[in-house]
Amino acid sequence: MAHDERAPFKNPVIAWIDARLPIFSFMNKEYGQNPTPRNFNIWWNFGALSLAMLIIMAVTGIFLAMNYTPSTDHAFASVERIMRDVKGGWLLRYLHANGASMFFIVVYIHTFRGLFYGSYKAPRELLWLFGVAIFLLMMATAFTGYVLPWGQMSFWGATVITNLFSAIPLIGDAVVTWLWGGFSVDNPTLNRFFVLHFLLPFVLFGIVGLHVAALHVTGSNNPSGVEPKSGKDTVPFHPYYTVKDLLGIALFLALYAAVVFYAPNFLGHPDNYIPANPLATPAHIMPEWYFLPFYAILRAVTVDITVPFTNIVLISSKLGGVILMFGATGVLMVLPWLDRSPVRSGAYRPWFRVFFWVLVVDCLTLGLMGAKPVEEPFTTIAQLATFYYFFHFLAVLPLLAKFEKTLPLPSSIAESLSVKKTLRVLLPVLFLIGLAMQAQAAESDAFPPHRPTAGWAQEGILGRYDQAALRRGFQVYKQNCSSCHSLKYLSYRHLAALGYSAREVAAIAAGNNVADGPNDQGEMFQRPARPSDAFVKPFANDQAARAANNGALPPDLSLIVKARHGHEDYVYSLLTGFDQTPPEGEKIAAGMSYNPYFPGHQIAMFAPLQEDSVTYTDGTKATVDQEARDITEFLAWAAEPEMETRKKTGVWVVAFLVALAGVLSLLKREVWKKLD
Amino acid sequence: MASSSDEQGCCGHCACSAGQGEDKDGKSRREFLAYTAGAMGAVGAGAAAWTLIDSMNPAADTLALSTTEVDVSALKEGESLTALWRGKPVFIRRRTTKEVEEARAVALTDLRDPQTDQDRVKQSVINGKESPEWLVVVGVCTHLGCVPLGQKPTDPHGEFDGWFCPCHGAQYDSSARIRKGPAPKNLEVPPYQFIDATRIKIG
Repeated sequence: MAHDERAPFKNPVIAWIDARLPIFSFMNKEYGQNPTPRNFNIWWNFGALSLAMLIIMAVTGIFLAMNYTPSTDHAFASVERIMRDVKGGWLLRYLHANGASMFFIVVYIHTFRGLFYGSYKAPRELLWLFGVAIFLLMMATAFTGYVLPWGQMSFWGATVITNLFSAIPLIGDAVVTWLWGGFSVDNPTLNRFFVLHFLLPFVLFGIVGLHVAALHVTGSNNPSGVEPKSGKDTVPFHPYYTVKDLLGIALFLALYAAVVFYAPNFLGHPDNYIPANPLATPAHIMPEWYFLPFYAILRAVTVDITVPFTNIVLISSKLGGVILMFGATGVLMVLPWLDRSPVRSGAYRPWFRVFFWVLVVDCLTLGLMGAKPVEEPFTTIAQLATFYYFFHFLAVLPLLAKFEKTLPLPSSIAESLSVKKTLRVLLPVLFLIGLAMQAQAAESDAFPPHRPTAGWAQEGILGRYDQAALRRGFQVYKQNCSSCHSLKYLSYRHLAALGYSAREVAAIAAGNNVADGPNDQGEMFQRPARPSDAFVKPFANDQAARAANNGALPPDLSLIVKARHGHEDYVYSLLTGFDQTPPEGEKIAAGMSYNPYFPGHQIAMFAPLQEDSVTYTDGTKATVDQEARDITEFLAWAAEPEMETRKKTGVWVVAFLVALAGVLSLLKREVWKKLD
Repeated sequence: MASSSDEQGCCGHCACSAGQGEDKDGKSRREFLAYTAGAMGAVGAGAAAWTLIDSMNPAADTLALSTTEVDVSALKEGESLTALWRGKPVFIRRRTTKEVEEARAVALTDLRDPQTDQDRVKQSVINGKESPEWLVVVGVCTHLGCVPLGQKPTDPHGEFDGWFCPCHGAQYDSSARIRKGPAPKNLEVPPYQFIDATRIKIG
């Protein structure tokens, strides 16, 4: 075939451009006919998938940034505005927030594929190093991004991670102050993290370019680890791998969409729907799941290293943890020189393969331990797992290179095709199990159980709010809650979703007075609220709210269902839990009520609901249970007003992506059938 | 089958045309699938692009702020005030009889954007009574968006007893119609109504 020289293009415009800037020739060479090993398995899909995720993150991020305000006073509210008022904003934000998790899933699989098949070995060391650099930059980008919503986890994550640098001897504190631009994580920190979060992805694109350029110099590794020797070993990249990569992308997007539309908060923490509070750390702080293994290593070091027989500390446990945590990525940088085995692919290294799976399980264990509280036996397990992690890279791999009896290599890729494919599904299964365990680990411990409920109308793939219950719930809010609890991220106009007409909404709004001004005399004045106004707050500020409530701050209820473990069940249990009597010996403090569903069991709120404390306009009997269910339903809507649209849209998007994957799968079979 | 004869929807240059030995049915099936996938991909990309672009349109809270109330009780004849509506200045002028008469004396054929003064103040109805002395216009020059001068007595009013835009010299008359200069249209009349004798609701 005469494809090697630059053939004239039929299209005169393309030919004209190509003669002056040969981008079409370049694309044809690198992505058209580029001879690529014909034996890629599914794990070779994850490079293209990573690039797809990077692009999705960049694009959604740019459009989110257009509506985001990087200021401690406005960041949280601007994110809520994106969720509630910006067109499609909830979709962009959930795509971006879950996209980070998806990106890490893809990159972790891509990395472990490289580890198993020896893709880091000569001549691909530099390619591998660029990959590690990409991973580091990704982590920095993900971390700065997680700070931006300015919730409790954002703030305390930022505090803990920036404090890592205080472990640096001598200059640590100065470095941390410099990172913060102040004496704590505050507005200057948020502002610069926003800039970094916007900037770093462009650096990422640059390094990804180098990663891909290096790949195109050495060519891809392949499952046999044997370099292609003849044309029989390769196929042109297009259409063979374009169609395969596109199929992988469509399938992965379907999974991604399922998460975005049906479990958008599954991988997040409820605490991050509480605005940042520099005065109170949440009881259970932990990083996002993709940092958990590193977090476990950080916490695994519990002893200082001292000069023997003295009290002089050489390396404090704090510094030791930080060193090991960075070292965990550091060993990856020297990996090409630690594993000197001449055989690349794990498929031909019987012992290496065993240790590889031990490493996979070890990393999952570290992740799980990262989600656990610091107590036994978790600390010991984390320490053993940390030890094995480093032992694997620093001892096992160098020793295996010396002593392992490897299997005979196939003489060519074509010959290797007869070898049976092994362990196809184990890796993703392990990953998914690990993920689920880590998410569950956060939920399970230390939270009081909830009352059994009859379930909620909004549950399930096609769940919708019960509009009658929403309206009753709004009545309960007005009657029983609104004198203490604000609902500040809602405006009266939002009540249209409860089925109220524009006239009814205007009347509801006008029933409240809102401060406005200054007028021409320079004075503030009161006027009836309009539909465009936010719900009027019961207190002018937090201090006034505390002063009127025995020192306790009644929380804003806009996000309460999303911001508590157990969600609807928790709110319902709490509201109905005042009928319980405290166990003998539990002393209830003055001004407090006993409630077994509240963390700590003592709450500053008195039973807010009583039989017939509202008169429902629809004639429903107002029992405490009914009121609790209705207000919970209303608050669930207040927290996620986009839920119905989200679930309805999700059906179309997932169905479309599955259909697209179906067509691509047929096309792939057509393309590949003359080879198989 | 010659490999050079087909164009796979791209530049037709790639090795994708390696279709040797395939029968016609297999090939057309493959083409059908490729075009189907391409069409679906285009639809998906279009939907995604629209989601992104639409997110830049005014959000619900911005749209909800589309009315504003102005107290005009302090305005005497021959005075103006400027209110803010949707982020733009709105000129409210209580015109003198002379200004109204001037505006109504102009022949429509002399106007670049012909419109009678009666038409421009038809929303000025106070308690059921037409009140043509009240002129309400958006104070944004229709040329390139500057704010014309003429609200204060000391401002230049142009040759037509109205407003004068300092940026490129557009001149508006006492009905805020374009009379001279580069602007193509009269100053826009926003939707408004008198809630009572002293308050105007704009929008």
